[in-house]
Amino acid sequence: MGKRAAIVGFGQTKGSSSRKDVNGIEMIHEAVSAALADAELGIEDIDAVVIGNMDHFEGINYVDMWSVEGSGGVMKPIIKVTTGGTTGTTVAMCAYYHVASGLFDRVLAIGWEKNSESDTTGAIITAYDPIWERPNMAGAIGGLAVDASRYMHDHGVTERDGARVTVRDRLNALNNPYAHLRQEWMRGKDVATLVDLLVSSEENQVLAYPLRMSDLCPRTDAAAALIFASEDVAETIAPVPAWVLAVANRHNTVYYGDLDWSLNETLEAASRQAFAKVGIREPLKEIDVCELYLPYSYAGLAWIESIGFCGPGEGRRLLWDGVTDMDGEIPMNPSGGVMSSNPIGATGVIRVGEAAIQIMGKAGLRQLNRDVKIAMATGFGGCYWADVLLLGKNKPL
Amino acid sequence: MEKVAVMGVGQTSFEREKDDTFEEMVFEAVQAALSDAGGKIGDIDNVLTVSNDFWDGRTISSMSVMYAAGAWDKDVSTVEGDGIFGAIYGAMRTLAGSFDTTLVVAHAKGSMGRMNLITNGMFDPIYQRPLGIDATMAAALQARCYMERTGATEEDFASVSVKNHRNGCRNPHVHLGMELSIEDVLRSRKISDPLKLYDCSPISDGAAAVVLANERGAKRFAQKPAWIRGMGHCSDSYTLGYRDLANTRALQAASRKAYGMAGIADPLKELDVVELYDAYSYMELLWYEGLGLAAEGRGAELMMSGATCMGGDLPVNPSGGVLSAHPVLVAGLARLAEAVLQVRGDAGERQVAGAKTALAHGINGACGQAHGVIVIGT
Amino acid sequence: MKDAKPTCEGRIKVPYKWFVGETGSRFFAALRDRCEIWGTRCSRCNKVYVPPVKNCWGCFQPLDEWVPVSDSGVVESFTVARCPDAMFGLDPPVVYGLIRLGKASGSLLHYIGEARPEEVKVGMRVKAVFADRRSGNILDIKYFAPVRE
Repeated sequence: MGKRAAIVGFGQTKGSSSRKDVNGIEMIHEAVSAALADAELGIEDIDAVVIGNMDHFEGINYVDMWSVEGSGGVMKPIIKVTTGGTTGTTVAMCAYYHVASGLFDRVLAIGWEKNSESDTTGAIITAYDPIWERPNMAGAIGGLAVDASRYMHDHGVTERDGARVTVRDRLNALNNPYAHLRQEWMRGKDVATLVDLLVSSEENQVLAYPLRMSDLCPRTDAAAALIFASEDVAETIAPVPAWVLAVANRHNTVYYGDLDWSLNETLEAASRQAFAKVGIREPLKEIDVCELYLPYSYAGLAWIESIGFCGPGEGRRLLWDGVTDMDGEIPMNPSGGVMSSNPIGATGVIRVGEAAIQIMGKAGLRQLNRDVKIAMATGFGGCYWADVLLLGKNKPL
Repeated sequence: MEKVAVMGVGQTSFEREKDDTFEEMVFEAVQAALSDAGGKIGDIDNVLTVSNDFWDGRTISSMSVMYAAGAWDKDVSTVEGDGIFGAIYGAMRTLAGSFDTTLVVAHAKGSMGRMNLITNGMFDPIYQRPLGIDATMAAALQARCYMERTGATEEDFASVSVKNHRNGCRNPHVHLGMELSIEDVLRSRKISDPLKLYDCSPISDGAAAVVLANERGAKRFAQKPAWIRGMGHCSDSYTLGYRDLANTRALQAASRKAYGMAGIADPLKELDVVELYDAYSYMELLWYEGLGLAAEGRGAELMMSGATCMGGDLPVNPSGGVLSAHPVLVAGLARLAEAVLQVRGDAGERQVAGAKTALAHGINGACGQAHGVIVIGT
Repeated sequence: MKDAKPTCEGRIKVPYKWFVGETGSRFFAALRDRCEIWGTRCSRCNKVYVPPVKNCWGCFQPLDEWVPVSDSGVVESFTVARCPDAMFGLDPPVVYGLIRLGKASGSLLHYIGEARPEEVKVGMRVKAVFADRRSGNILDIKYFAPVRE
C-alpha cells in the first residue's frame, strides 16, 4: 500500500484579465513563492514538481521545460500533465500519486494560464477533431448552451434559476481577495433583486441562447500552486494538513456528438467512486463544503444532481432554499468559483487549494464558520470529463 | 517499497507519413501490449496516455485516443512529454496502492506538422523564438560545445550513426536501418553545422504501449514480469546560453537515483544493455558520460573501443536507437519496450545474449534538458 | 499510391501576444532607446542574467539590481543553419551564436553577421550591430559582427 498524503501549502496570484506586468514564468514564480511561504518551506525542501496548462492558450511548447527557472524545477524531477479544463485537478492528482507512491515526500503542484496572451476560443476550437467536428461544431460556448437548453427542457428550469447560481458565486467572490471578478455593485443587495436584474438587463447580452454574459465564467490570468506532503512529514509542516481521502476521474468521451446531454455521466461515475472510497452515503449531509468547477451557471444546478447532492431536477430547489449558500447545509464555492476566475490550467488547482484551506482554517473572510471535516473539489474539461477529489481533516485510516 | 513490473510491451512500426490515425495507432499498440502481456483490457485498472498538443496540432491532444486506449470508465491521466516520463508516472500510480495495473500509451505523428516550427515553440517566445531557432540548430550548438570541451570529432559522431543504423537493420519496427560508412555520414547533406543529415534522427510516426503491474496485478497476466529495479528523472535549467550544454548533471542525477534504487555501483559492468535517446548522433556520447558509462570527456573513447557495439561488453541501442526511428514522445517508451524485450530474451535478431539488466532512457526539451531513466531486470 | 491518400489540411492560426513584463520591458527600452544591454544581478550568488530575469533560478530570490553589460563578447558556440523554416524569411546559411557578453554569467543567443560561415570560430570576439530602426524587441540587435583587429 502507498503512503497517505496531505496538502500542506497553497498559494495563488490575484486573478486578472491581463497580467501585463509579468511574463508567464514570472507569474508562476509568484504562485510558487506564495505556496512555499504558506508552508514555511524553501524551494530546496521540494523533492519533485508537477506542472500543467494548455499549450495553445499561450503557444508555448514543453511548458514544464520553459518554466523551470520560475517554478523552481531546476535540478529537480518535473513532469507535465495536461487534460484540458481538468488540467488543474489532474496536476493535483499527479502530485498526490507522487507522494502516495512513497518516492517523494514534498511535491509542488503548479497550474497556470495567461489567457490574455491568445484567443482562448480560437485555441479551444482546436480541441475538436479536425476531420469530424472542427469544421462544423467547435468552441466552448455553443456546447454549454446546448447542455443548458436541454436541461431547461427536461426539468422546466428557467433563466432565473441559472442566474441564482451566478448570484451565489459572485456574492461569495466579494470575500475572496484573489478572485478576478469582484462585482462590488452586487454587495449588500438581496438575492431576488440581483436575479431580477440579471435576467432583465439589456446590458447583460445573450451570447448563445440561453446563455447571457452573466451565465459564463471570465477568462483569467493567474497561477496557483499546492504543496503535497507524505504522512511522514505533513504534520511537521502544517498544524492542520488537508488529507487526501480520495481521487477519481473519468475522461470517457472523444466526440461531442457522442455525448448524452441529459446527464453528466463522468461526474456521476467519478463522484460515486470517490464516495465509495471514503464511505460517504449521503453526500449532502456528510460533505461540509464544495469547490466545484462550474464554468457556467446552469452547471451549478445540473451537475450537483450528477454528484448526488439531490435527485434529477431538484438542483434549483437546493439553490433557492439557500442550501448551497455560505450559511447553508452545504456551502458551494466560498471562493466565488470558476464563475469569478477561470485561469484554465490553474482553475482546478485553485478548486483543490480553496477546499484545502477551508479544512486548514486559512480561508480568511471566506472561511466557513463551522468545523470543516470533509471538503470536495471537482474539475471539468475536455469532452465533458470530470475529476473529483475529497479532502479531510482527519488522517485517513 | 512495493515492486512494479512491465508485463507487456507493444510497438507499431515507425515510419514516415503513416496512414493510420492517432486512434488507430494507439489501438494497435495497446492491443499488441495486452497480447504480449497475455491479458485483456479488463485487466487494466487505469490508463495514462502521452501526447503533445503542438505535435498533434490539437488542443487536448489526449482526447482523440481515449476510446482507443481503452480508457472508458477508468481513471485516466495524460503526460505531455517523452513517454519515459509517462512510464515513470505510471509506475508511481501503480505503487500508490490505488491501482494494481496501469496501461501507458504514447503516440505521435511528427510527419503531419512542421518540425522546425513546432520545436521553435520550445524556445523563449520573447528573446529567442523570433530568431528562428529550432531543435536541430540548438542541438548543433550543443554538439559544438561538446566538441570544444572534449575534443570529440565529427568522425566520432559519425561512428555512432554507423553503429545505430546498422543495428536498426535487425529491428522490424524501425524505418531507417541501413549500412552506412563513416564517409557516408560525413558527406551527407549539411543541416546545421556540425550536424549532417545522418547525424540527425528521422521524423517518424507511431505509437508504443506498456502494461505495468504491482505484485498483485502481475498475477493477472501470463507473461513473465520484467521488474522496474530503479527509476529517476531530473531537469536542468532552460535558457539556451545559460545552461552548460556540455554538462550532463541532470542525467547524472536521474541515473544515480535509478542506480541507487537498483543497487548498481558500476553501471558499465552491471548493465547488460542500454537503450538511450540518441536524437542526434553526438548525444549518445554525451549520454554515456551522464549515465556514468564513461568518465567525463571520454564518451568518444568508449564508442571507439567497440564496447557499445553488438557483441561488445555493453551494447547500446541494439534496436537502432532513435537515429533509426524517431517518433517524438513515443521514442522513450519504445526504449523501455526494447529494454523489456532484452531482459526477457524476446528481442529476436537484436537480442543481446544473456541480458539480465537493461537501462531505458528518455529526454524532454531542447538539447536533452530533462532526463528519465528506468532500470529493468528479470 | 502514397500521394493519393486523402488528408485533411489545417493550420492553427491562433494569434499570440506575449507580455514581456516589467523586467523585460526595461531591458528592451534600454536596447531601443540607447543601444544598451542591461542585465539583472543576484546579490547572493553574483550571477548576472542577460536577458534579465526577475528571480534567481538557484537562490530563488527576487532580483532588483540592474547592471550594464558590454555590447561585445566572445562566441561560446555557433552553428551554421542551412535550412531554417521558410516562415522566418531568413536567407540561409544563417549563423547562430551563443555569445557571452562582458560580465554576463551565460550567453545570449543571436545571429553572427558580417562573417563567412567558415570564418566563425569558438572564442572569436564579436560586437553587437544594432538595427537602424528599433522597436523594442530582440531584433533591435541586428546581429553580432566579428571585432577585426
